[in-house]
Amino acid sequence: MKIESVMGKAIPLLLDDIDTDRIIPARYLKEITFDNMGKYAFFDERQDSKGNLKEHPFNDKQFQHASILLVGKNFGCGSSREHAPQALKRYGIKAIIGESFAEIFAGNCKAIGLPVVYATRDDIKQCVDFISKHPETMLTINLVSKRVRYFEESFLIAMPDPQRESFLKGTWNVLDLLKTNDILINDLESSLPY
Amino acid sequence: MAERTLYNKVWDKHKVATLPTGQDQLLIGLHLIHEVTTPQAFASLNERKASVRFPHRTFATLDHIIPTENQLNRPFLDQQAELMSKTLEYNVKEHGITFFNSHSGNQGIVHVIGPELGLTKPGMTIACGDSHTSTHGAFGSLGFGIGTSEVALVLETQTLALTPLKVRKIEVTGTLQKGVSAKDVILKIINKCGVKGGIGYAYEFSGAVFDSMSMEERMTVCNMSIEGGARIGYVNPDQTTVDYLVDRKYVPKGESFDQLKHYWQSICSDNDAIYDDVVMIDGSSIEPMVTWGITPGQSIGVNDLLPNTTSKPDDEKQLIESALAHMKFQADTPILDKVIDVVFVGSCTNSRLSDLREAAEIMKNNNVHKDVKMMVVPGSQNVKKEAEKEGLDKIFIEAGADWRDPGCSMCLAMNPDKLEKDQLCASTSNRNFIGRQGSPTGRTLLMSPAMAALAAIHGKVKDIRTFIEI
Repeated sequence: MKIESVMGKAIPLLLDDIDTDRIIPARYLKEITFDNMGKYAFFDERQDSKGNLKEHPFNDKQFQHASILLVGKNFGCGSSREHAPQALKRYGIKAIIGESFAEIFAGNCKAIGLPVVYATRDDIKQCVDFISKHPETMLTINLVSKRVRYFEESFLIAMPDPQRESFLKGTWNVLDLLKTNDILINDLESSLPY
Repeated sequence: MAERTLYNKVWDKHKVATLPTGQDQLLIGLHLIHEVTTPQAFASLNERKASVRFPHRTFATLDHIIPTENQLNRPFLDQQAELMSKTLEYNVKEHGITFFNSHSGNQGIVHVIGPELGLTKPGMTIACGDSHTSTHGAFGSLGFGIGTSEVALVLETQTLALTPLKVRKIEVTGTLQKGVSAKDVILKIINKCGVKGGIGYAYEFSGAVFDSMSMEERMTVCNMSIEGGARIGYVNPDQTTVDYLVDRKYVPKGESFDQLKHYWQSICSDNDAIYDDVVMIDGSSIEPMVTWGITPGQSIGVNDLLPNTTSKPDDEKQLIESALAHMKFQADTPILDKVIDVVFVGSCTNSRLSDLREAAEIMKNNNVHKDVKMMVVPGSQNVKKEAEKEGLDKIFIEAGADWRDPGCSMCLAMNPDKLEKDQLCASTSNRNFIGRQGSPTGRTLLMSPAMAALAAIHGKVKDIRTFIEI
């Protein structure tokens, strides 16, 4: 499936170093399917041990049904658990705009068709300030023009070329591409010195 | 061709093709799997009626959810753990994958058993659905932590689509002070380069300090590369590497071994290799390190004060404030003498024989403080057996610690080993993230095995250097 743009309301979480244990605590990794993961997104950040809701953007009524997540630096650091992007995707997140992302997390997002795009702190901050006042604002992330538009504003985004290509061409699931080279794989495998 | 790093050489050796997206298709020489990040991968294979491309290149174990008591009693009390284990057992059987189960004598944490069995060797590409796959870089291999969709790709094609990283050389010169360990070295490196500093980089660790490190110490350092944002960390193989590998279960012998040695030498970084960045650290200046916050970069020397937010930029201020709030610590207070509730010695960072020896040496003829609960979890069945041969188990048990069966245990608390409420834990593991050790309000101080053992005795954080003979 090609993804050229993503449109939706935004949800701000402009913090740095949000790790995958915060995105989904390890105790929710004990299921053998990803089906329920959406329920566990930011679980411990959203409720205390007694089940009382805490203050968190994902609990905030005005950001319900938002599908574009705005984050800071090094989002998704820590574990390689794909459960983290799965939880966000199944919660309803369709794209993430951030200053930077942990390497494995970004790879996992791509693998499941969830674009992560890079922007400057100032642009993200300005956007967060605006949507905090106007949460109904629609954002459009355009991967072709590498630009995010909202209200009368817009800012540039970056995305590594291979990732961008994968979304534009609909090859973010690389299985078929990898399988094309089956003969080369065989040859190289049998020539490995180990 | 000169001027190349080990990273470039091993990459090129495993490159299948350039993909139309611009990424490289890389052959994975060794695939390690465990119960938590594989069920969905096998399910997708089974759904497509696909098979595992090279089953002899994948090896499985149980580590993340396995209880560390009565491991052989099945079914496990935790029904989810039982289902997860059964699913792996079914999948490895179905696809003809070698499985080190609890009856094999070789079960353990995936990053402990790979090296221990000689599966991990220099010049390999290694993938595992676990971010601490960087550990295997200690041998001069490239270890890729991957997600579950990528696990499925490796099972089905033995390859991954990847973009090459830049290489940063981190040179630690001189000699370490007595009492300062590999754990302190990596905590210092993360502190200096930052938890985001390694994004986009592979770390090559070099210098006199690494030259004189044992393989297990190198594993501790490479293990936590990911905590510095670097997906890959490695050390060039040398005689220490060769000596470690001789006679390991999966290492060929005789002439084949000599041929392999030739390959291992050939993939070392050239003397004139070109790096994208170089960082120098004076090894003798490294102090025993302790984390005070909620990221592995929030650490200080054991005699230093916690930071304050004065004149810090907004984003950093926010990180410090939220860390202090979670940890229930005040700015400008010492980490020394902070009162500990729990001590955990274990994890893929520090659960090997040398780590247990280091902790046991401190515990010998001492007792765990009356208000402290201490748990020692060996990294594998082999580590446990060797430790018991040396009587380390007795030292820990006589001191009042719990001596457990191997597994990931309280590093990420997917099994019954968890912190309760806001307990403060001196831990030899790798992550002090909020909620990491099983309680959403639990608190973690990362440190070396010797420092953790010392904290267990005193019930407080202490400086190892004042307690060992100099």
